[in-house]
Amino acid sequence: MSNIATKTGKNEPLIRTIKRAELPKNRVIMLRLAALLLALIAGAIFILCIGNNPFAVYTTMVKGAFRSKLAFQGTVKLMIPLLITSLGLTLAFRMKFWNIGAEGQIIMGAVFASYFAIFHGDMPHWLLITVMMIAGMIGGGLTGLLPAYFKAKYNTNETLFTLMLNYIALNFVVFLREGPWADPTSPGYKKFALFPAEARLDKVFGIHAGWIIAIIVLIVVFIYTKFTKQCYEIDVVGESKATASYAGMNVKRIILRTMFLSGAICGLVGMIEVSGNAGTMTEGITRGVGFTAIIVAWLANLKPMSIFVIAALFSIMEKGSSVVESTFGVSEACADVLQGIILFFVIGCEFFIRYKFAVRKKGGKA
Amino acid sequence: MDFGMIIAFIAASITSGTPILFGTLGEIVTEKVGHLNLGVEGMMAIGAFAGFMAGYTTDSFLIAILVAFAAGALAALIYGILTITFMANQNVTGLTLTIFGVGLANFCGHFARKTLEVESLKLPEKITDQMRAINIPGLSDIPVIGPLLFSYNPFVYLGIITAILLAFYFNRTKRGLNVRAIGENPAAADAAGIKVTKWKYINVCLGGGICGIGGAFTIMIINKGVWISDCVNGLGWISVALVIFASWNPKKAIFGSFIFGALRQLKYYVPSSIGIPGAIYDMLPYIITTIVLIMASVRNSKKNAQPASCGVNYFREER
Repeated sequence: MSNIATKTGKNEPLIRTIKRAELPKNRVIMLRLAALLLALIAGAIFILCIGNNPFAVYTTMVKGAFRSKLAFQGTVKLMIPLLITSLGLTLAFRMKFWNIGAEGQIIMGAVFASYFAIFHGDMPHWLLITVMMIAGMIGGGLTGLLPAYFKAKYNTNETLFTLMLNYIALNFVVFLREGPWADPTSPGYKKFALFPAEARLDKVFGIHAGWIIAIIVLIVVFIYTKFTKQCYEIDVVGESKATASYAGMNVKRIILRTMFLSGAICGLVGMIEVSGNAGTMTEGITRGVGFTAIIVAWLANLKPMSIFVIAALFSIMEKGSSVVESTFGVSEACADVLQGIILFFVIGCEFFIRYKFAVRKKGGKA
Repeated sequence: MDFGMIIAFIAASITSGTPILFGTLGEIVTEKVGHLNLGVEGMMAIGAFAGFMAGYTTDSFLIAILVAFAAGALAALIYGILTITFMANQNVTGLTLTIFGVGLANFCGHFARKTLEVESLKLPEKITDQMRAINIPGLSDIPVIGPLLFSYNPFVYLGIITAILLAFYFNRTKRGLNVRAIGENPAAADAAGIKVTKWKYINVCLGGGICGIGGAFTIMIINKGVWISDCVNGLGWISVALVIFASWNPKKAIFGSFIFGALRQLKYYVPSSIGIPGAIYDMLPYIITTIVLIMASVRNSKKNAQPASCGVNYFREER
């Protein structure tokens, strides 16, 4: 370790990484498609290894998501929470605030909304739904605000803080289910009461109205990120806090405001899931959406319209896999494996958009 | 609670903390080179399945452990290639590894059961005997000391030895110092002639391997050698929490894992007449961890903090 000064051209590494000039848009798309193709081939090898025909599996997967009206509705139902959560996370991620606490924010949103459904179910339908939505957003927003406060004040690591809050929220739900909120009419196994009809989201075209909320959130977030001063401030804070305060921005306020918004959107997902989908509160209400949404938001480069496309692809894959499961008799976990393989390739491909490898030329210099 | 029960409680806590200890040690090794790997849960799951199958086919406890280690390291290698060479976002890559790893383990378990045409996969008796708590004639029979020190399964001792070795590695060897330098400031380490990429890879894979052993524990001890889906069941995430609680120190991780183990066991020992709901006990490790995290940041202590470059990938030409 001591002979530092003796580095010569010969010690130049054989392969080194250098930054690329910005690639034209069509090359970027080509690269991404190439990555996706490679991923599908890798997935096909995996399917071959377990003794199935990859083409049959892939086509079943896509067909499975659309084969009937019911299947299509199922795909949309999977997509609603994923889309909204990813949109919510986008705001925090643009600020380089690593909010991996969407799970907890969804759960707390669901808890706040459930309170009104369980204990104030006698309100008129529209009032109750509105109150539940606001409650859900406040629940999620406050859960997002907590780590934001400590980040702004003490620079507490937000990745770890939000991660911990996920599990605190989850156990809080178990606590409510086993104790104060347990359904008194249910003997034996303790569970939450089913929501009254007044607390259920209406169905529009056979799917609960969550899809309309999702479209509204998509448009609002699109406009917010594209045209507002607030989102400009988020971007500046994300790039450099010092620059932001030098420019006269109130960095603390921006962090708190953005995380409240991010959490509130995730909390809304909780409300939609309990009211529209499950019809009651459960511990498994998130189905891991809070984690998947992080990947979706990231793959979409934090762009709302791309999030829509990628969330759709993820949902098709998930729904399709359940059909693959029943058709080919493979485990449901097949979806996670394929998803993982595809993601590894796509994540890896991002590198080639920004960097390239250079091989050392003869004579030592690259 | 009488005296015998206290002894039993302590012994149970130490056993119950051991898989978390492995996960934590693996994550500490990884974070020391500046890589936050949220794939602990996935690496443990892969290690669990690989170790289980190795034990199932070879009847050897030792081979099972080695294979679990190798599988965990391989899983970490995927993470390493993506984050070290391809400089991908660490959070996203780690989460993907968790989804992939847990999915792969569940899938393979299901697949193995179907191909072998068995109702349930169970380790042969020969190996379950080997992983049972040791019994040293004479020593294990001493009252109090026997059950407290000489009554555990081999994993417990392996975990403590690993922790002590890692503490020695980080604090007493030149390599360990270099590795810590990489985690704090990779550019400075690089300038000092330390092979940053090489040591990042070695540590990330070593960390994954240690997590893999923790995974093997979940299937061999907690589930008594019977394969089930989702065998890791959140222990990987508790491990990530314990890293903070132990303030990135392998020695503190030993005691931290005992405390977390005790919190996990507490609900079985505290009389239910006291009336604390079980969920509160399950919540405690996370609440305590959060408080520790906040305290450390309020004090702004550099000593008990996450390695400074954690989460940020190192690109040599961006100095």
